[in-house]
Amino acid sequence: MTIAEKILAAHAGKESVSPKEIVDAKIDYVMVNDVTGLPAFEVFEEFDTTPILEKSVLIQDHYVPNKDVASAEQAKSMREFAKRYGIPNHFDVGRGGVCHQIMIEEGFAAPGRLIVGADSHTCSYGALGALSTGIGSSEAAAVMATGELWFKVPETQKFVVDGELGKYVMGKDIILHIIGDIGVSGSLYKSMEFYGYAIESLHLSDRITISNMAIEAGAKCGIIPPDEAIFDYLKNRVIGEYSPVYADEDAEYKNTFEYDASKIVPVVATPHLPENVTPASEINVQIDQAYLGSCTNGRIEDLRVAAAVLKGAGKSVHPDVRMIVVPASRSVFEQAMREGLIGIFMDADAYVAGPTCGACLGGYMGVLAEGERCVSSTNRNFIGRMGHPNSEVYLANPAVVAASAITGRITDPTDLLEG
Amino acid sequence: MEKYIKGRVWRFSENVDTDQIIPAIYLVTGDRQELAKHAFENVRPDFAKDVSDGDIIVAGPNFGSGSSREHAPRALLGAGIKCVIAPSFARIFYRNSINIGLPLVECDVDAADGDILAIDFGDGKIVNTNTSAGYTFPSLPDFLVDLLDVGLIENTKRKLKGK
Ligand code: SF4
Repeated sequence: MTIAEKILAAHAGKESVSPKEIVDAKIDYVMVNDVTGLPAFEVFEEFDTTPILEKSVLIQDHYVPNKDVASAEQAKSMREFAKRYGIPNHFDVGRGGVCHQIMIEEGFAAPGRLIVGADSHTCSYGALGALSTGIGSSEAAAVMATGELWFKVPETQKFVVDGELGKYVMGKDIILHIIGDIGVSGSLYKSMEFYGYAIESLHLSDRITISNMAIEAGAKCGIIPPDEAIFDYLKNRVIGEYSPVYADEDAEYKNTFEYDASKIVPVVATPHLPENVTPASEINVQIDQAYLGSCTNGRIEDLRVAAAVLKGAGKSVHPDVRMIVVPASRSVFEQAMREGLIGIFMDADAYVAGPTCGACLGGYMGVLAEGERCVSSTNRNFIGRMGHPNSEVYLANPAVVAASAITGRITDPTDLLEG
Repeated sequence: MEKYIKGRVWRFSENVDTDQIIPAIYLVTGDRQELAKHAFENVRPDFAKDVSDGDIIVAGPNFGSGSSREHAPRALLGAGIKCVIAPSFARIFYRNSINIGLPLVECDVDAADGDILAIDFGDGKIVNTNTSAGYTFPSLPDFLVDLLDVGLIENTKRKLKGK
């Protein structure tokens, strides 16, 4: 069996499962955020029961600090729900950050676990060897009540990325390269499994970027077999026990894709689909905003890369560009302060703000006007994703975001720093 | 769920994501009617104004991709949409729709805006009454038909009672 099949079988109390089979599985954790929470709480009240406290995680991130009265009411409903039932895992403003980063930092995500969340990028925890996937609000409410959910066992696709990655090439480029190859529905209903030297040599942060964007290929989950890097990270962090799951030698894959990491370059996904992938060095596009943040690329490793580009170039952000830096969590923010990265960003005229989803989903704090273009370390460049329907989002890695912020046009960092 | 419906078509292309169905700035309520006022606002401003109860959406592959927001199928139900037909759906959208009682049909149908389709869920047949073209689709597994009929809320209540 593949990793996804094994995790589903274990959680359904079965010896084995096969693709397309429908199983009822026990869930380890269920997460909702401030946007998906309110509808979930309304549904939950219909059940006339209490939530399973240790399994429920509530995270305020999309519209906090509140952008208006409606979002304030929404956040309040989460606070009240947490209080009413005494849910211990409620991460409010100032104590948390972007939901997926918190699920990982706080030790909910771990190898072999089955985790669902009312947010599509819940697939991020595949980077730690978990099967995690997005669901809707009503389902999240049902899981809080019952601790179970039905799944159709997905077919699995194997992605092998061998070879050495070049300078300024990151996990973001690997996953964009793959999505560029297979398309935004290339993994519809499927589980992606990632293998190969280039994947093994990535730190956790870059692995999270890859699993995070599995949904942009339509996948149910994107799993990387856990190794020492993951076990080390989890020490003194993970809640409870966990047991790593690996695919069997004779696991059956729907298909296998192979890539040579040395051929992957810093890329951008041009509007309006993540599959529109082009080398950053090959396009000539002026930008108005550069956004560094989100569950995709808002971690300390991402901030370090971007700060190094700003420092290396020795220049400030281009006068026609607003650069916005949003660390994905409070602890990323603190670490960035300790390392002096916040100072580097501010010295370069970037605007730095506390953790929120905000601009990533076109919510607030960085919304684009008509005709504006943004190079962004986020995961979606859909029509109107970051603002006006006639604005444009170019997805890229943090090094490209920083290099582009300096030049005012989409730029491969190699051309800026070594050209 | 009604076994037979007839409705007017709204035609969409492929990869319609949930940001298009309901933009993020309106995600401050779960109310179907409120959400319906802004359905497809960025890409088809006429939709919310002209849609009427009983209409049908026909789209290309990968309908409902992107964000997990249940607000998307809620907005469509609020707008009176009775069924969405597409060759394939994004999985979270699929689950959300079935859970809240919006039937989806996996089928590649040729239809233009304003065509009238007749859908027979029992027999798995669709007829485009404007072109007379007929289509068949595989029926849903019993498990999902039950879920669609009973709804997730009722289903969960039963589960909790059985415990
Ligand atoms: S940072 Fe963006 S993609 Fe990630 S959870 Fe928030 S809105 Fe979603």
